[in-house]
Amino acid sequence: MSKTEASFGQTDRGGPHQPLIIAKDLKKHFPIRSGLLNRKTATVHAVDGISFEVQKGETLGIVGESGCGKSTTARLLIGLIELDDGSIIYDGDALGTDIKLKELRRGVQMVFQDSYASLNPRLTIVDSIAFGPKIHGHADPSGVARGLMGRVGLDPERFAERYPHELSGGQRQRVNIARALALSPRLVILDEAVSALDKSVEAQVLNLLNDLKEELGLTYVFISHDLNVVRYISDRVLVMYLGEVVEVGPADAIYAKQAHPYTASLFAAMPSMDPDNRTEEPPLAGDPPNPIDPPTGCRFHTRCRFAEDICSKTKPKLSVIGGSERHLAACHLQDTTSGHSQALKEVAE
Amino acid sequence: MTVVADTAEVAEPVRKAPGYWAGVFKRFLNDPVAVTCTIVVLLLILAAIFAPYLGLNDPYKASMIKRLKPIGFPGFPLGTDEQGRDMLARLIYGGRLTLFVGLVPVVLAFFIGSTLGLVAGYVGGWINTIIMRTVDVFFAFPSVLLAIAISSALGAGIINSLVSLTIVFIPPIARVAESATASVRALDYIDAARATGGSALTIIRVHVIGNVLGPIFVYATSLTSVCMILAAGLSFLGIGVRPPEPEWGLMLNTLRTAIYINPWIAALPGVMIFITSLCLNLLSDGLRSAMNVKD
Repeated sequence: MSKTEASFGQTDRGGPHQPLIIAKDLKKHFPIRSGLLNRKTATVHAVDGISFEVQKGETLGIVGESGCGKSTTARLLIGLIELDDGSIIYDGDALGTDIKLKELRRGVQMVFQDSYASLNPRLTIVDSIAFGPKIHGHADPSGVARGLMGRVGLDPERFAERYPHELSGGQRQRVNIARALALSPRLVILDEAVSALDKSVEAQVLNLLNDLKEELGLTYVFISHDLNVVRYISDRVLVMYLGEVVEVGPADAIYAKQAHPYTASLFAAMPSMDPDNRTEEPPLAGDPPNPIDPPTGCRFHTRCRFAEDICSKTKPKLSVIGGSERHLAACHLQDTTSGHSQALKEVAE
Repeated sequence: MTVVADTAEVAEPVRKAPGYWAGVFKRFLNDPVAVTCTIVVLLLILAAIFAPYLGLNDPYKASMIKRLKPIGFPGFPLGTDEQGRDMLARLIYGGRLTLFVGLVPVVLAFFIGSTLGLVAGYVGGWINTIIMRTVDVFFAFPSVLLAIAISSALGAGIINSLVSLTIVFIPPIARVAESATASVRALDYIDAARATGGSALTIIRVHVIGNVLGPIFVYATSLTSVCMILAAGLSFLGIGVRPPEPEWGLMLNTLRTAIYINPWIAALPGVMIFITSLCLNLLSDGLRSAMNVKD
């Protein structure tokens, strides 16, 4: 019942096996302009040819360092910034040819990190949530908004007429979630949605997200730098480095054994809950290279302890590894034919 | 199932909230300074409008014997000017033209400049470049010079000086509007609204205007006093209001010669300009804090 209500206007077209979103070779390069005539002097390779898919009903976690292109990817998926290249296929329909951006936006919504900046300070909570249904011609936008407020755990009687600054961070993020749900989307992109919250509030919001997902049959793309949170919520995890996908696979498989050295060092940097198990040596030295001029070959070779000549010359392909279903990594170590001296020894052990 | 029942139950008692502007009005009324200033400005405007019905002396009737009489002179509560005309009548009648030439160009420039700035700031890109670079050209001239140049090109007269003053005030207002809009444009709630599928016009109307109007409005109010002074300057040069029309700026200029003989009289038009612009500024401050929901 609640499921059909949620997919109001959003009928399933491709069936359960058609991925909800297929991103193909997405590219976004930001030009850096300077000088008198605003000439393009350099290009930031924010997202450089990434491909992935999001299955219906799953939560895909996207992790990576700051500046690796996680948020740009999110904004590309929802059409807030234009694609330079590549294509997005929403439930079997290609964006731009089969469906328009406006239709995609009914099906895909987003929750932003900054709970305060993502609410108009001059609108009451109920008006903020009702904005979407209103412009889409819903008969009773504020009824929808009040219903959703109840659903995300905010009493509409108490909170509907308040302004964003009268709410706490956790409450505001609940409002943002309600706003994202107001158009009954099928996919919700959560861009660092819980990162700015206190740990206890974060846990409450995560549980709320899990409940909503079950009740409404939602699909999530969950972007975060917090690996513990990603593990808690994700079914699959995608690891990004400098605008590229380095590893993608089921959360359990990746958390059990990382195939790419970058993923491994990222996980090694995760603070342990066990004081006896603390990290002694820094897992990764230095800053990521400048995305204006990314390294040749494997982009990680400048910081990788397994790097050899081949790594700076040939770009490794994202390929299936270790027989594990749908676990892919882009590393020469995983490829027996790559010519890397330690291929399939060090990591496979 | 329970979820749906809840929704229906909660949706029932929709108590109509007072709108945003009702809240602004309520907060504004709680600010004694702003309310006092509003009353003063309203009184000045009302006095100017209803000047003929106040039983005042003829503001144009000169008298060679009663020149520059002090404040409190029998029959002339505020004394007389350098031609023996009743100061009280001239000040009240003068409010008509002064407030008119002080407010109208700013109001016009407020609408035109805000529109230009909003479009430039929201759309960005080439449109921003074209609008803002054109605006920059006007910045190259000092405002007084620009007003004089346009006025003299158009010819003397009140309408032409209104036009020239409007043109003078469009660039600074567009500037403020553009920067306010650009900073709001970068906030996540605009992205969220775009992601909802709202058209640019709807987003500007619902999400941008309310958040940028405050600073633009406050800035525009502060320009009214500048505008009154510029208009007085134009009158002085003979390309604005012409004597014997009473106008505060013009009166200030003509009474300037009497400053050693009867300084109080000479200062009166200045006092009026001062009170008006001070009240307008305090009023705009009050309005700004009333528009700020975060108090």
